[in-house]
Amino acid sequence: MARPAKKILNDPKNVVAEMIEGLVLANDGRVAKLPKHNALVRTDLPDSKVALLIGGGSGHEPLFHGFVGRNLGDGAACGQVFAAPSPDTIVEAAKAVHRGKGVLFLYGNYAGDNMNFDMAAEMLEEDEGITVRTVRVTDDVAAAPPERTHDRRGIAGDVYMIKITGGAASELDTLDEVERVARKAVANLRSMAVAVAAGSIPETGKLTFELADDEIEIGMGAHGEAGVYRQKLASADSVADQMMEQILADLPFRRGDEIALMINNLGATTMMEMLIVNRRIRQICDREGISVHRTDVGTWVTTQEMAGFSITLLKLDDELKHYLDLPAESVGYSRM
Amino acid sequence: MSETLDTAGATAMLRAVAQAVIDQTDVLTDADLAIGDGDHGVGMRRGFEATLEALQSPPDTVEAAFKAAGTAIMSQTGGAAGAIFGTFFRSGAKAFAGRDAVDGASFAAFLETGLEAVLKRGGVTEGQKTIIDALAPAARAARAAAGGSLADVTAAAAQGALDGVEATRAMIATTGKARSLGERSIGHPDPGAISVSLILVAARDFVAAA
Repeated sequence: MARPAKKILNDPKNVVAEMIEGLVLANDGRVAKLPKHNALVRTDLPDSKVALLIGGGSGHEPLFHGFVGRNLGDGAACGQVFAAPSPDTIVEAAKAVHRGKGVLFLYGNYAGDNMNFDMAAEMLEEDEGITVRTVRVTDDVAAAPPERTHDRRGIAGDVYMIKITGGAASELDTLDEVERVARKAVANLRSMAVAVAAGSIPETGKLTFELADDEIEIGMGAHGEAGVYRQKLASADSVADQMMEQILADLPFRRGDEIALMINNLGATTMMEMLIVNRRIRQICDREGISVHRTDVGTWVTTQEMAGFSITLLKLDDELKHYLDLPAESVGYSRM
Repeated sequence: MSETLDTAGATAMLRAVAQAVIDQTDVLTDADLAIGDGDHGVGMRRGFEATLEALQSPPDTVEAAFKAAGTAIMSQTGGAAGAIFGTFFRSGAKAFAGRDAVDGASFAAFLETGLEAVLKRGGVTEGQKTIIDALAPAARAARAAAGGSLADVTAAAAQGALDGVEATRAMIATTGKARSLGERSIGHPDPGAISVSLILVAARDFVAAA
């Protein structure tokens, strides 16, 4: 069912530039934009640290560029709407955050991001002598079976990855160590989304997918990539049950495990619905003997006005817990 | 109809190609909405608008003209398309190194060199429902026609690309954002392959009219 997109914009061609301008101002001086590129960098970056560069397409705000700040990303390279940033933007952002100890690239596993960040990494190593390591977020269990995690895309798990890796990059002294922590986190991270209604692309006004008024799609990707199954609208408990069954079986999460739990709004779902889902998830966790160390319910990884939510579980150990619990400050995510 | 294109002619051809892609933005958007996220059209438009701008200052050589187009696409299209089409033009440009004109043989070499670089960058092979499925048959058709005129070679390349686009309808996407559609991607042509055909059809039409 097509409906015209209803958004309050200026010239749709300028959405990214104008969004970034507003985002910089919302940081109250803690973040600056590079003069010629859509890239943001912390203004209070310490002199000697491993640098964490995050990035990806725009249109998912506050991801990624809203997560630049203390114990989070040191900088972000922003692409156009739903499109990876170009290699030259990534290179300039990396040079701006580099403090002599190398740069870790952290982003969602999509073909466009992989190619552009890889091209940038090659340019940085060959032309600038800057060491780059790459960790791709692959938390979406709906995207590929467990034996092909390298084919899985990154969704709301990006937030926990930025949080933990950002903390590790603040405290650990070498790129190797920061990479090790990030790899451990991504190996223990699983998510799944359910779509209720499509968002639209600002530049065209077109919906990213078609979904009937009485249908939902479990496992749908952040850009409207098809999920695992489409079904009639169902109760919060039954949708949570289906999603949790797949997430829990995938790692698998086991009795005695301790987790961080995130319920993320894809754009237009109400807090009320997400809290009702949270209630059910906790019933399931209690039944399965899984304890929840911390809960995040909110809006971090969106696709415009897409309706639906995702559930993310991260299995914790003492080290991951430490970095996850460090205070963080940014427009998109703050927690003391 | 001229047999070769000098630097000014090659630049004019690239401008015609850019305009043709820009004019088909909606076609590409709709094709991408069917199996991807719908950003391919606006991305290609951004890249080729930047190409038109970059080519306003006349390049010194054919190689420089193709490289300028690729650099503009790489930095302004973004996404997978920016990396792939940028790599295609930038690397393909090397086939014109030291040449002062585009002829049939060098156009075929351009397609082959560009294809090789894209294969390396994208890590994909033929049959995965990507731009490779238009680019590879176009390069083969151009090679088969490479003994002929530039018009023969561009016509063969365009037909190879168009046939390739049709063939992508029957393919199942196994990479990129359409991957998760699996069998549901059958019946839809690949948007990136369509872009290859738009580029090569525009090149053919430019050469035929030149």
